[in-house]
Amino acid sequence: MRRRVWILVLAAPVVAAAVLLISSARGLTASAEQAQASNVEVKIDNFSFGPATLTVAAGTTVTWTNRDDIPHTVVSDDKVFKSKVLDTDEKFSFTFTKPGTYGYFCSIHPKMTGKVVVQ
Amino acid sequence: MTKKVKDQILHDHNQDGIDRRGFLKCMAWAGTGALCVMQGGVLKSYSLSRLSDLGANAAAAGELSFVQISDSHMGFNKPANPDVAGTLKAAVDKINGLSNAPEFLLHTGDISHLSKPEEFDTVDQILKATGKDVFFVPGEHDVLNDDGVQFRERYGKGAKGAGWYSFEKKGVHFIGLVNVMNLKAGGLGALGHEQLEWLEDDVKRLKHSTPIVVFAHIPLWTVYPEWGWGTDDSAQALAYLKKFGSVTVLNGHIHQTMQKVEGNVTFHTAASTAFPQPQPGKADSPRPMKVPAEQLRSVLGITDVNYVRGQQALAVVDSSLA
Repeated sequence: MRRRVWILVLAAPVVAAAVLLISSARGLTASAEQAQASNVEVKIDNFSFGPATLTVAAGTTVTWTNRDDIPHTVVSDDKVFKSKVLDTDEKFSFTFTKPGTYGYFCSIHPKMTGKVVVQ
Repeated sequence: MTKKVKDQILHDHNQDGIDRRGFLKCMAWAGTGALCVMQGGVLKSYSLSRLSDLGANAAAAGELSFVQISDSHMGFNKPANPDVAGTLKAAVDKINGLSNAPEFLLHTGDISHLSKPEEFDTVDQILKATGKDVFFVPGEHDVLNDDGVQFRERYGKGAKGAGWYSFEKKGVHFIGLVNVMNLKAGGLGALGHEQLEWLEDDVKRLKHSTPIVVFAHIPLWTVYPEWGWGTDDSAQALAYLKKFGSVTVLNGHIHQTMQKVEGNVTFHTAASTAFPQPQPGKADSPRPMKVPAEQLRSVLGITDVNYVRGQQALAVVDSSLA
């Protein structure tokens, strides 16, 4: 009986280490996924933002790419961010750190509107 | 013996100077070349090919002649027109070839595509070949990144606010307005309070009989709001012009000719010298329209405007670059 107890006692740190290893590996995978998810693309095509409404976690960087053969801009309704004019294939990125709803539009073609919801 | 002229509008049921069927016909000709003249409150329209039927060139008989060009988009190089400098030069050739030489030019904006100094330089260089003064108002492509500072330095010396101004030529009062600044999300073109106040004051002293020509980039009438083709506060501007017997509004922005008459006001949009855009709602967006290369010049153009003293409206003639 005593022996078994010792084995268990000795085994405990090993198991604990193994559990730690597995969980930290999972932790690594999770943070890698988060890193991937923290860069999100919005396409500007045919005089519209796609997707027009985007929901992301705080810390996410959103990159807009102009796929039209006409220049556009990305300008926040509340002046939180403002791109320079984007010619065809040019990009603009902004990192959203604070939760909230950020409406934006193209200041050249103001009928083009979009929204980023940061959770 | 009077020659019978077809397509002359004679029915004016509402006594508003507009014959609907004839007016639509006039619109259908726009782009291929049409002459619309309002005489004694009746709008008459003739296709350009029929001008000789009139016996005399009505448009050429004016006391003041000027040309409107628009939307040269210098710097644009996409498939819809890889040579916008070439088509602007063709417009200049057309202007220089007019039998009735214009006194000056109006450019209703989108001079450049991306507000780059070299784009403005190229346009200035090409237009120099007309030997005429050019009066500009900015399009949204001319005020990118710097809120129009460069535009005002180049073209707005002596102008007010964002670049609005007025001047007189042979008894006609010209008003250049700016409706491409401080646009709001979801909105249309905008004149803004300060400019409207200036306009009210500018026209206050004028006699009601003074012919008025207003020019601005985005249409001052609602052409197609879904594509932003209109100006949110244009009704206020037009209210200040109500008292005048003859008001002609010249716009660009929509890259196609269109005309509308509302009471004493004639609205007209000019073709682009760079590329055409689709008719309102005829495409899923107003993106540049690619037409076969050999047809391109037939959908680009210039607008020739003539004022004949005593006539109620100015004669507006669109001609393509083909």
